[in-house]
Amino acid sequence: MAILLNQNQELSLKERFFNLNFTFIIILIILASIGCITLYSAAGGKMTPWALNQGIRFGMGLGVMIVAAMIRPEFYYKIATPFYLFTLLLLLIVDVAGHTGMGAQRWINLGFFKLQPSELMKLAIVLQLARYFSNTPYDEIRTIRGIIIPIIIVAVPVAFIMIQPDLGTSLMVLFCATALFYLAGVQWWKFGLAIGGVAAAAPILWHFLHDYQKNRILTFLDPERDPQGAGYHIIQAKIALGSGGAWGKGFLSGTQSHLNFLPEKHTDFIFTMFSEEFGMIGGIVILFLNLVLISYGYWFAFRIHPSNYFGKMVILGLNTNYFLYVFINVAMVIGLLPVVGIPLPLISYGGTVIISVMASFGIMQSFYVNRDRELKK
Amino acid sequence: MKKSNDKLRILLKRSLIIFSANIFLFFVLVGRLYYLQIYQKEKYALLADSNRFSTRLLVPPRGSINDRNGVELATNIQNFQAMLIAEQVRGDINKLLEEIAPILNLSTEDIEQIQKDLKRHRRFVPVKIKDNLSWDEVSTLMLNNHRWPGLVIDQGLIRYYPFKQYTAHPLGYVGSVSEKDLQQSDAPLLQVPGFKIGKSGFEKTFDESLRGQEGSLKYEVNAYGRIMREIEKIEGTKGKDLDLTIDIRLQKAAYDAFGDEAGAAVVLDVHTGEILASVSVPSFDPNLFVDGISQKNWDALLYDEKTPLTNKAISGQYSPGSTFKVVVALAALEAGIINSQTDYYCSGRMKLGNHLFHCWKHYGHGHQTLIEALKNSCDIYFYETAIELGIEKIAAMSRKLGLGITYDLGIENQKSGVIPDKEWKRQRFQTSWQQGETVIAGIGQGYVLVTPMQLATMLARVVNGGYEVTPTFIKQKHPRKPQSLHLNPADIELVKQGMYEVVNGKGGTATQAKLRIDGIKMGGKTGTTQVRRISLKERAEGIKKDEDLPWKYRNHAWFMAYAPHDKPKYAVAVIVEHGRSGAGVAAPIASKILEEAIKLDIR
Repeated sequence: MAILLNQNQELSLKERFFNLNFTFIIILIILASIGCITLYSAAGGKMTPWALNQGIRFGMGLGVMIVAAMIRPEFYYKIATPFYLFTLLLLLIVDVAGHTGMGAQRWINLGFFKLQPSELMKLAIVLQLARYFSNTPYDEIRTIRGIIIPIIIVAVPVAFIMIQPDLGTSLMVLFCATALFYLAGVQWWKFGLAIGGVAAAAPILWHFLHDYQKNRILTFLDPERDPQGAGYHIIQAKIALGSGGAWGKGFLSGTQSHLNFLPEKHTDFIFTMFSEEFGMIGGIVILFLNLVLISYGYWFAFRIHPSNYFGKMVILGLNTNYFLYVFINVAMVIGLLPVVGIPLPLISYGGTVIISVMASFGIMQSFYVNRDRELKK
Repeated sequence: MKKSNDKLRILLKRSLIIFSANIFLFFVLVGRLYYLQIYQKEKYALLADSNRFSTRLLVPPRGSINDRNGVELATNIQNFQAMLIAEQVRGDINKLLEEIAPILNLSTEDIEQIQKDLKRHRRFVPVKIKDNLSWDEVSTLMLNNHRWPGLVIDQGLIRYYPFKQYTAHPLGYVGSVSEKDLQQSDAPLLQVPGFKIGKSGFEKTFDESLRGQEGSLKYEVNAYGRIMREIEKIEGTKGKDLDLTIDIRLQKAAYDAFGDEAGAAVVLDVHTGEILASVSVPSFDPNLFVDGISQKNWDALLYDEKTPLTNKAISGQYSPGSTFKVVVALAALEAGIINSQTDYYCSGRMKLGNHLFHCWKHYGHGHQTLIEALKNSCDIYFYETAIELGIEKIAAMSRKLGLGITYDLGIENQKSGVIPDKEWKRQRFQTSWQQGETVIAGIGQGYVLVTPMQLATMLARVVNGGYEVTPTFIKQKHPRKPQSLHLNPADIELVKQGMYEVVNGKGGTATQAKLRIDGIKMGGKTGTTQVRRISLKERAEGIKKDEDLPWKYRNHAWFMAYAPHDKPKYAVAVIVEHGRSGAGVAAPIASKILEEAIKLDIR
């Protein structure tokens, strides 16, 4: 009876705050601390220039997350479409600026902050697709006609990001969107058809890739191809990782990273640096904590009110997005995927990613906080 | 409602599938970590170390070469050199070279050589820019050190031969490692730029023991090649010293005794075979070679008609001339063909078939016993003796006394000379031996060839009472006792008496060469060997005096001597190339050398 009473009742701010999942937040703090410790080591045992900055940004990220979690889920439903269109506009601005003599550019400089529209677009697409699928009857989703609009929703921004050019991000957005299509109930054979189509078009797409992108793929397939050039990163990363062994070389003792053989040790390759110093055990700890975070995401999606299809979709989409970050980053630095320039969120140095994943965790929590009531459309 | 449930059901079902896929992918990552960090750990640990560590070889000090009294004949002295480590240079290497060229007075050729060296070696190997820096150069470079990262000043050791030309033969010299050396040996030291290797003489034959054991400096470098810290320094061990039997004082005296003449002298301790001095004159300054000799200096040495680069003491082969009469005499005495009383009449010529053989003294010596024949160096006596004796016995005695063979001296280019016999001629010319050839062999002409080293050995074996000493340069802690040659002591005494008369007898051929030391007498034998053939026409018109001929057509002059006569200790053989007269030119040199040896009282 109590549940029924609560179903449509708004929660107070205090109630909402205590409804947050604190275990989830503690895991975030642990991961960010691991990041700061690794950045401290990367700087040769100094808080500057990275560790301290990163700590401050994570603090800001926590704030963003809590604010986002305190906002009512209805807000996200409402802004989904305008936010999507606005982000699309930003992408267009970046593209145009990039093509009118300002050089390849992925961000808009706001003075105090460099805004990456493609980062916003990950969020925007999830919200917009979730909104579309939540409002579309199941039968329609399972027709060709029913997926034309969401395909356009995805294809336009992906094309914009692709021409920036930012292969990594556009692929991530594409994968994330695919997951949502799949969750919405689109039939297996349609994916098969799409994959077949892409495979058939691959030679043509190859033609359109930039040289450096082609290089990255060729280098991934055979890092020894150019050991001093493009293959250098991945070879040195594997050496760093492998030489770390089971228990690692110890904090501040990673030779590959401290002697600068390991490139980008504070950004994309931070996982390798950590694994050199803390070994396979350290690497497994990071992976395990991330798996726990992701499991919580699935739990949130499962737990919230069955009527909140939009919320479930958003949570699953953002969760998948986070999973893709972690998986692609780790897989690329350990030589399972080409190096596509995806950071390891919460641990890699870099403000934009921290803020954007913390914001998405906040949105996920917002649905979780209001888990027992229906979404008022 | 049913439709809506379908949508939710499929969402949950598919989210479980994706969740499972996520877990599976995480395990893939863990599996990959296991593969790299456990399964392939060794491989990557090695690669990480090879990234991180660089090793530089440390050249050990080269062993010194000492004379018998411990005086250093070849040593190492300190020098400063400018080195360039390519991988540490920031910016253009060529620009750096341009900047330092005026400071170090580098010519364009020098710079080209440096650029070649830089290409030949790996980038972390220091390449020598200039050796033997002056204090000015060192201080200028030090002051501007910060401007040229990668340019370092190294304190090194350089080989030095304090006695210069006195020891060039037989010590030899060191020089830079050539491509050929690199092909022949894979010793890592040879890869070190600026490393010196023995190129000739003892420096070459004893190179490996003189070289020593290299040390190494292992250090940590970062990705840009900068040295972060030293990890491990293993000091090398100095090469083994080489102790020679030479006495540098005697060596110098022997060399200086030649004055402007060219030739060679060998002094032996007759009881041990130790070589107390071995000179070849003129010589050269081996220090010129250490850093690479200039083309001008090299040409001067190469085209000098007095062949300073050849060690004439062991490589110069000359007809022994009359010195060979000692060998013939001993062979004849042993064969019983002659005795102390046997005399031959010398009319100045001897006819054999259609050939006429002349004595050096136109009108002859008259009746001659062995001692007289040695004293006067009568050719007819030995013609007659040789005919009766036959070449085989002469050859046998020659070999017994150490001619016609090489010794284990430890230096290259030793010549074996020629001791002809019938078999030798058949092999060499495919013709049979002529009796006339025995005749001229009897006075050490014709095919017979010896080196000064061999002649000194022969003399030592005779005057030590017939013991088979072999010459040696290397000081032995426990010398082997020489074997007896089983010569009749009376025969030896007789021959010695003959040689005594040469110097001390009235009318002896070398009486002016007496030792100027009271109470000590020496014995010896002169020898003069024709360098050109005297034609019949010339003989008829009167033989040209040697002084009238160009230097290179003049006769070689021999003198071999021993002292003291009653208790021989030293034997010396002196060849003066184109010296005209054994008695006049070679004998005074030999006696000067012996005087010095006696004064020094070498032990």
